[in-house]
Amino acid sequence: MKILVYIDNRKNKIKKTDQELVYYAHLIAQKHGGSVDAFVLGSGEGAEVLGKYGADNVYAVAHDETFDANGISSAVKNFAEDKGADLVIVPFNSSGKPLVGMLSYMLDASSVTGVLNVPEVEESKLVFKKGVFSGKAFAYIKTLKDKVVVSLMTNSFSPEEVGSEVNVEAVNIPVDNKVKVVGIDKVEGKVPLPEAERIVSGGRGMKGPENWGVLLDLAKALDAETACSRPVADVGWRPHSEHVGQTGIVVRPNLYVALGISGAIQHLAGVSSSKVIVVINKDPEAPFFKAADYGVVGDLFEVAPKLTEAINKFKGK
Amino acid sequence: MNLLVCISKTPDTTARIAFKDDFTKFDEGGVQFIMNPFDEFYSLVRAIELKEKFGGTVTVLNVGEPANDIVIRKALAIGADKAVRINTSPTSAFAVAKQIAEYAKDKSFDIIFFGKETIDYNGGEVSGMVAAMLDLPFVNLASHLEVDGTTAKLNRDIEGGVEKVEVEMPFIVSTAKGMAEQRIPNMRGIMMAKRKPLEVVEPVDKEDRVEILKYELPKAKSGVKLVDPDNIDELVRLLHEEAKVI
Ligand SMILES: Cc1cc2nc3c(=O)[nH]c(=O)nc-3n(C[C@H](O)[C@H](O)[C@H](O)COP(=O)(O)OP(=O)(O)OC[C@H]3O[C@@H](n4cnc5c(N)ncnc54)[C@H](O)[C@@H]3O)c2cc1C
Repeated sequence: MKILVYIDNRKNKIKKTDQELVYYAHLIAQKHGGSVDAFVLGSGEGAEVLGKYGADNVYAVAHDETFDANGISSAVKNFAEDKGADLVIVPFNSSGKPLVGMLSYMLDASSVTGVLNVPEVEESKLVFKKGVFSGKAFAYIKTLKDKVVVSLMTNSFSPEEVGSEVNVEAVNIPVDNKVKVVGIDKVEGKVPLPEAERIVSGGRGMKGPENWGVLLDLAKALDAETACSRPVADVGWRPHSEHVGQTGIVVRPNLYVALGISGAIQHLAGVSSSKVIVVINKDPEAPFFKAADYGVVGDLFEVAPKLTEAINKFKGK
Repeated sequence: MNLLVCISKTPDTTARIAFKDDFTKFDEGGVQFIMNPFDEFYSLVRAIELKEKFGGTVTVLNVGEPANDIVIRKALAIGADKAVRINTSPTSAFAVAKQIAEYAKDKSFDIIFFGKETIDYNGGEVSGMVAAMLDLPFVNLASHLEVDGTTAKLNRDIEGGVEKVEVEMPFIVSTAKGMAEQRIPNMRGIMMAKRKPLEVVEPVDKEDRVEILKYELPKAKSGVKLVDPDNIDELVRLLHEEAKVI
């Protein structure tokens, strides 16, 4: 099987999620036989390292910040056809998400988004696992076409070094942009929530935006990102980009700490794949406790600062 | 403006999800169905706002069975002008996209709206498939959309920021939070919806490219360990030694 991995390297940085994509392709190649080509959009700077995570070849396509999904999908399509790729893997993020549907049609392929497993083969077709019903269930999906395009759910595999660096080969591929990217407003220094390893999240129990200090202190002590429930974003206590849940962002960190969140089914849908959930709520009947690993029944305004202090003490700060 | 809003029917957000026939089929028994929230709150409302500003028509399109008409009527009650239902069951993203593209290809829509994904199968692929099938520009995960003449200006939520893009109509957009605010249909809207046209169109040939073999429910948590609020050091110890997350 020839596997092609799409890496968005326009910021000239190979991230952990990129390593994860290549390592995932390596696991598939190892199980079913095959080779892994990495198709890097960008200068390719630093992309040699992808060899360590399992890429046999790394190709870089001339860097242009103004690539849009139409341009990228046409470039990936041309490259995939050139290399005879059977399986194309893209990230489940804003760069990869628009590509799956487009490539499915352009490559006459089957497609599955947000896959979670190294696929099994059934009657010579790949079978992928993915989350459905917004985190409430999983489905096993058989791809009926010979060619397949998937996006890999972030934080599904921990990348390991399995090889050594390889040379990056520059390639030229015609692209067909249809949308003009006129600018990017960057929010610096924040890890995107789907990639976060630890998250501290606040609900209506926080009582108001002026109280967020206790949450930010705890997040800082844990080196965590911050999130919130939907009503908190709806009333503008926190930005929409922090809203997690069924109609917000779906997250799967190692640690999710909930302060003053009741645990409504729509909220749980977006966070229940977290490895460890800690709930702090003054109501012992709050539904969130049923989905939690650890809980503290108490007033968050007392418990959270104590927890911050205890963590800082533990970390020797 | 000639606007098309593609809407999907999904289980209510509070629905308990269960399966039947040895976990091969979704059990619809006792489940309430709603319009997919992304389609309703963001696509539909933004399309109606654009029509209110520039004039034109908002058509809603659903691929589905007759039972979906109640969800379609709600879209009309919120403010769409007319509706189309393509009479076939929506068995996969590709199957749905093919029907939509076939319908839309000669109707001169200026903008075709999709929600960023449905809350049941969480695919988020239909919009991109239709864009590729119709060879139209595609902007996905858009949280803001303004129209100026024949050009649209959109914001896309990307990791660590917002991407600003411009595109000429016609184009395809998938919408996300921030695009618009939910509208609750009023009595007048509900009454008017009954008289608005709902056209039923027969499908073209079906094509599924994936097949769901079986479903699985997440493993239940083994039960919460409660820690005394006066003994928070114990929680830190558990997170370190037992859960190994700090
Ligand atoms: C279509 C639809 C989609 C939705 N999508 C989402 C979604 O994506 N994400 C989402 O989050 N919600 C979503 N919701 C809303 C969801 O149903 C709940 O209303 C929401 O999650 C509740 O938010 P909350 O837990 O912050 O607030 P509440 O339910 O009001 O809970 C506040 C909690 O704080 C506790 N508390 C109060 N004071 C303190 C204190 N001092 N110390 C400790 N604890 C305290 C209370 O005991 C309570 O449990 C959706 C709803 C609908 C209808």
